[in-house]
Amino acid sequence: MSSMTLKEPRSFFTKDTKSKGEPYVWFTGMGLVLGIFMIVSLLTLIFVKGFEVFWPDRVMLAELREGSPGAAGASRFLAGSIVMRQEKPVRDLTAPHDADTTELQLFVGNKDVYGFAYRFVDSSDILGRTYPQELMRIERLEYGDAMGKAAGLRVKGQAYLPASDPAFRASLERLVHDAEKRWKEIRRIEKSEIGRINRTMEKIRLKKKSLQASGEADVSERAAALDAQSSELQEKYEGLAREAARLRSMQKDSALDYETYTGEKKSLPAGEIVGFYYPNELYLPQRIAFLIGKIISFLTAEPREANTEGGVFPAIFGTFVMTVMMSVAVTPFGVLAAIYLREYAKQGFMVRAVRIAVNNLAGVPSIVFGVFGVGFFVYFVGASIDQLFFKEALPTPTFGTGGVLWASLTLALLTVPVVIVATEEALAAVPRGMREGSLACGASKWETIARIVLPASAPGILTGLILAMARGASEVAPLMLVGVVKLAPSLPIDGEAPFFHFERKFMHLGFHIYDLGFQSPDSEAAKPMVFATTLLLITLVVVLNLGAIFIREKLRKKYATGAF
Amino acid sequence: MKGDDMEQTLEREKALRGGVPSRKMTVMSSSEKESEQVKGESLAPLIRVADYSFFYGASQTLFNVNLEMYENKVTAIIGPSGCGKSTLLRNINRMNDLVDGISHRGDILIHGQSIYDPHLEVTELRKRIGMVFQKSNPFPKTIYENVVYSLRVAGINNRTVLDEAVESSLRSAALWEEVKDRLEESALGLSGGQMQRLCIARAIANRPEILLMDEPCSALDPIATAKIEELIYQLKKDFTIVIVTHNMQQAARVSDYTAFFYMGKLIEIGETKKIFMSPSVKQTEEYITGRFG
Ligand SMILES: Nc1ncnc2c1ncn2[C@@H]1O[C@H](COP(=O)(O)OP(=O)(O)OP(=O)(O)O)[C@@H](O)[C@H]1O
Ligand SMILES: [Mg+2]
Repeated sequence: MSSMTLKEPRSFFTKDTKSKGEPYVWFTGMGLVLGIFMIVSLLTLIFVKGFEVFWPDRVMLAELREGSPGAAGASRFLAGSIVMRQEKPVRDLTAPHDADTTELQLFVGNKDVYGFAYRFVDSSDILGRTYPQELMRIERLEYGDAMGKAAGLRVKGQAYLPASDPAFRASLERLVHDAEKRWKEIRRIEKSEIGRINRTMEKIRLKKKSLQASGEADVSERAAALDAQSSELQEKYEGLAREAARLRSMQKDSALDYETYTGEKKSLPAGEIVGFYYPNELYLPQRIAFLIGKIISFLTAEPREANTEGGVFPAIFGTFVMTVMMSVAVTPFGVLAAIYLREYAKQGFMVRAVRIAVNNLAGVPSIVFGVFGVGFFVYFVGASIDQLFFKEALPTPTFGTGGVLWASLTLALLTVPVVIVATEEALAAVPRGMREGSLACGASKWETIARIVLPASAPGILTGLILAMARGASEVAPLMLVGVVKLAPSLPIDGEAPFFHFERKFMHLGFHIYDLGFQSPDSEAAKPMVFATTLLLITLVVVLNLGAIFIREKLRKKYATGAF
Repeated sequence: MKGDDMEQTLEREKALRGGVPSRKMTVMSSSEKESEQVKGESLAPLIRVADYSFFYGASQTLFNVNLEMYENKVTAIIGPSGCGKSTLLRNINRMNDLVDGISHRGDILIHGQSIYDPHLEVTELRKRIGMVFQKSNPFPKTIYENVVYSLRVAGINNRTVLDEAVESSLRSAALWEEVKDRLEESALGLSGGQMQRLCIARAIANRPEILLMDEPCSALDPIATAKIEELIYQLKKDFTIVIVTHNMQQAARVSDYTAFFYMGKLIEIGETKKIFMSPSVKQTEEYITGRFG
């Protein structure tokens, strides 16, 4: 008996791990770790690749083995910056065991000469590597970058300026600068001035058309007046066109002679040069300055060469305008619907059914919303507007085709469930006591909602809006049906009256990514831009979110209810 | 507050704080008050609860209640938890309308007019009845906006009128000195006791006729409680007050009349002195002396 009671007093500290539940901590933690790992690696990839695009990498001059398949043409030399190093997919079985089996992907540029801009070269084929200081990388309007050794400058009316001359760089810089100014002038003439004349002429044409259709008796006199106007404009147009042609020909007056490292001699008109630099002689601060300059021009410039070069400003602007318009449309609808559901509707079967339907709406594939947008907004609402207000322009549609307005409304429809659900939750979280306090002061139900409940739930509503914005800004599929284009001739908001052109088609970062990556004629050349644009889109969404979070925190401080 | 008013306040506060622990029966203070009143004054009932029964769905909470509350008097409602005190209070300004499935029999009359009159505008009724809740419920707005809320609802936006209302209400609620420099700060930064006093200031800002208070001191420390009791004493001059309380001493200190409820029935109502000194029903006596409840 004594042995039974005193043998081993049971400790509170059990050694039995099963009862502690600790394995489940690891188990649940693993889910989180896995999720975070995937997100972090995705973001890192995009971040690194996105920045690589703008980084002025050193350019290697490789001396290749005789007969290397990587060589371009007959030359044994090839200049290029290393993009990637990888194991060769197909191993040469005859090679010795300890041979280097990697290959390098080089960006070699000079697409006009070689027919390609990227090249795979076996590491074992490279006999020597040098980094020549005088190697020049030239950014061009066409065919991507060129790489080579500058020979000299041919300026009209001046003596030939060899590259060895100390004034060479400054002269080239000035030429490039002048050419850029000329391009701006040409764009101004062709886009805004000639564009304006074209639109006025179009208006005159439509006026004349409706005049003839009206069937009135004395139309000939007025038609003649319109004709006179029209021919006057035509004259003006021709003058402008001549001026533009003159400027264009001036762009070809001077040229840069250079020689590629594979031995071809080329001459490039100054008007074709966007910029140039010597990648092998830059110091780190210069490289960083270059990177920043490139990023700025990426953000502010218009795209070139089927969008694979240049900037993405129109796409940023389009995304921004569309997201803002979507928010403006979705907020009142979502909030009002949620107020009705939560505050006014009698809670019962119907309300529950509606709530379930709303939740399900959030799960409908977005392309379905796109189809609806085309059918309802574009073909029904838009076409009706055209019939009523823009009849003379028909059969050319004004609103009866995809545009930023219809895209925003389609996305508003897509994101309205998010706003409704978030708002309902926010409303439900407002304490009952607060409502009673307001009612006890003699406020009506609506006054209570407007003065107390809505301000108190504003942070929660904003959270919903953040989610909606993030979803809307990064949506692509429905936009392809309702107004996104690869290249929009003009922005949805510009300096031309009435300033807001919501019927216009627009560019969008999400679509830009899709288009570059999968619709581009040269997907290899477009790849860097895909990463850069993706990085930008993510940054834009993060900035939108941070902005909304900032506002929410301010509101939360102001109306600190602790409910959210 | 004027200078002599202030002095009076301080005196009373001293008496209250010093008096409570030493005295055997707090009823004494009530009798003191009684002596201040004019005896034999004919009292007009402002609120009359007539044969009133109330149901939450099928369960009956109030059973044939009959009582009267008089103008410029404090009526305390006491009784064990769940006996229907809050229910009665919340029906006087029809706050229970918010609850689904309620029904009633009998009537509640204010100035002889039924609050269930179909022509009566509930918001108008509530504008004339201030309410202080058991749990303080300041709005997530500035202190200033909290106080003037009922005025804004009534459509008053004249800054000078609002400023005056804020100062006088906050002074009445004994909060002015503490918050006068931070009127534009959020009310949610106040302490619990300050919040409750703010809610009182809010309830009296538009000068209602009746002030309903549902356990206004249940979450407060003794000092804040004393302040609010003092306040009730001051407010009595202008308002008719109905106060629900679990604190017997408090009922004895602040009220002129006391109603005792038990299980939804009114057991006894009478002058506070009488209820506490010589209750006519045994249940009342047992409850007051703490033998049950
Ligand atoms: N909204 C409601 N729905 C249904 N029943 C309720 C509701 N509110 C209160 N009751 C019930 O009515 C009865 C009286 O409640 P009441 O709140 O009036 O009690 P009380 O006297 O104020 O109690 P306490 O002193 O605890 O506040 C209780 O039995 C309660 O359960
Ligand atoms: Mg209660």
